[in-house]
Amino acid sequence: MIEVQGHYEVKLGPLPTLTGKPTHYCAGCEHGTLTRLIASALHELGARERTVLVDSVGCSVLAHEYINTDAIQAPHGRAPSVMTGIKRLRPDLLVFAVQGDGDAASIGLSELIFAANRGEPITVFLVNNGIYGMTGGQMAPTTPAGMVTMTTPRGRDIAVTGPPMDASKLLATLDGPAYVKRVLLPVTPTPSDDFYNARGSIEGARSVRNAFRVQEMGGFSFVEFVSTCNVNWKMSVLQSKHYATEVLAKVFPPGLFKDKFGVEKR
Amino acid sequence: MRHLLLGLPRLCDRRGIEVEGMTTAREFLKGNEALAYGALKTGLNAFFGYPITPSSEIPETLAVEFGNSQYPAFKVFLQAASEIEAINMVIGAAATGAKVMAATSGPGFSLKQEGISYAAAMELPMVIVDVNRGGPGLGNLGPEQTDYFQATRGGGHGGYRNIVLAPCSVPEMAAFPALAFSLAFKYRIPVIILTDAFLGQLKEDLMFPEVPAQQFETAWATTGARGPERHVLSSMHLELPELNRHSEHLRSKFEEIDRSEQRSEKYQTDDADVVLVAYGICARLAQRAVKDLRAKRIRAGLLRPITLSPFPKRELLALVGRGVQNFLVVELNTGQMVEDVQLAIGGRARIETAQKVGGLLPTPLDLVRRVEAMRR
Repeated sequence: MIEVQGHYEVKLGPLPTLTGKPTHYCAGCEHGTLTRLIASALHELGARERTVLVDSVGCSVLAHEYINTDAIQAPHGRAPSVMTGIKRLRPDLLVFAVQGDGDAASIGLSELIFAANRGEPITVFLVNNGIYGMTGGQMAPTTPAGMVTMTTPRGRDIAVTGPPMDASKLLATLDGPAYVKRVLLPVTPTPSDDFYNARGSIEGARSVRNAFRVQEMGGFSFVEFVSTCNVNWKMSVLQSKHYATEVLAKVFPPGLFKDKFGVEKR
Repeated sequence: MRHLLLGLPRLCDRRGIEVEGMTTAREFLKGNEALAYGALKTGLNAFFGYPITPSSEIPETLAVEFGNSQYPAFKVFLQAASEIEAINMVIGAAATGAKVMAATSGPGFSLKQEGISYAAAMELPMVIVDVNRGGPGLGNLGPEQTDYFQATRGGGHGGYRNIVLAPCSVPEMAAFPALAFSLAFKYRIPVIILTDAFLGQLKEDLMFPEVPAQQFETAWATTGARGPERHVLSSMHLELPELNRHSEHLRSKFEEIDRSEQRSEKYQTDDADVVLVAYGICARLAQRAVKDLRAKRIRAGLLRPITLSPFPKRELLALVGRGVQNFLVVELNTGQMVEDVQLAIGGRARIETAQKVGGLLPTPLDLVRRVEAMRR
């Protein structure tokens, strides 16, 4: 059990909010970490029987295989709309989605913006690894300038494609959302590679819990988790943690963009 | 639900006096308005819409009635930011077991196909209204029946079929939501009400049918796990045999629908030697043509499909079996329903077409002449 700032805790081992199935996520990927953080928060809130998970399209499409709650799968990018439909009919339910950056910040950006702008009491967890993971490493809206991907073999040229899309910053410009936060989720290695800082998971656990609290207080909550995809970045796990810390975190600096209800201060 | 099907209206003479009987008019409404009230009276829970002519009176009427204590079940009215957003809100609402509807017209119906494919795969009951306008592209605001293929063949990606209902009058626009919801929940399937710009905008008098309170089984809904039991609605089946099983299940479900739910109406077909086949507004024009042909001692009849999917093949075959050798398929497109007629009766009878597109309608006289030419 990792103690996180007093009453925040991440439970290890079996949980009723986890199915117990081994995940399909690649070694070194943060999706598995986030799954644990979410399951732990749902368990702590005693919310398993009033929660609906909305699967998105991408690596998170199988989230319902691991998170042991009710679940429905949304078309690519449409999870915020599906969540809206559920929540409007059943305001008593806790409704959330895990979306990738391609899903939320590209094909589903309109759905995300309008759900946020309406201030729907739902929660979006965005896993931003700067690339399309499940389809095999193509350029995402969040791909940093210069990054080599399957569709930018000479590196992303922002003169052609525009700069990376910053979903958190974009949502923070709207009045609707109550909670917008960006967390650097991967462990951060020290320069000598002999020590890893798990601050990201601790901050992640706090943020997941706060996002659910904001939803229960009636607000739209959004947490972006800057993550890695070592397989499609074509790096070792260790290299990918360096890249996330040194490059991705510069393009998408962690921070609290919006906290209408002041949950971070409590 | 048979009692909710009103059938072709009684014909009036040129002065507007009903020839074959009188009904007590209580309301005088546009088709779109009647459909909205019909949905409310059947206990509609939620509507998610995006404005598009010529369907906009449906969301407008529902917006006015939202909060009316006469319709306590109507809990959610929300205008979405796009057709895509609207259909996905419908998916979410349907997943809670609610009676939910969306309405649109051609271009919006195209945008909704992605969501309808997912809904069909996840077996979500819902009602989607398409007030067919002129197309392709932006087309115009006139009536066409050019969305027939898109509605009856599935419309989105992957293999599936929906139930498609075709009202032919304002009273039927009011009555069909109840039928649509009962079929949608009975079979856990999206039901399309395919109507057109003419019927949507047409004003007629009507009496709202008595709709019995309908309770549907929704144990599958994603409204929270119960102990170890949880509900998962997913259209993804990564294991090939698993998707094979699911697709075969969808197929056998639709085969059962095909066996049990073919609906059509016959008008003067008992002794007919030429039968017009027409649905929606075309059925009205064809009905008048049949009456005029009968006055000329030509034994014409009309078969009006009420379900376009499943297509009423049995009735068509029965007519062929009775010796009808001539069919005239009347539709507002360049040949869509005629393919279903051909599939149903093969080479066993002569099939001709009377088609009009661009938002124009054939006149009954056009159809009379067409039938007369067939007989020469």
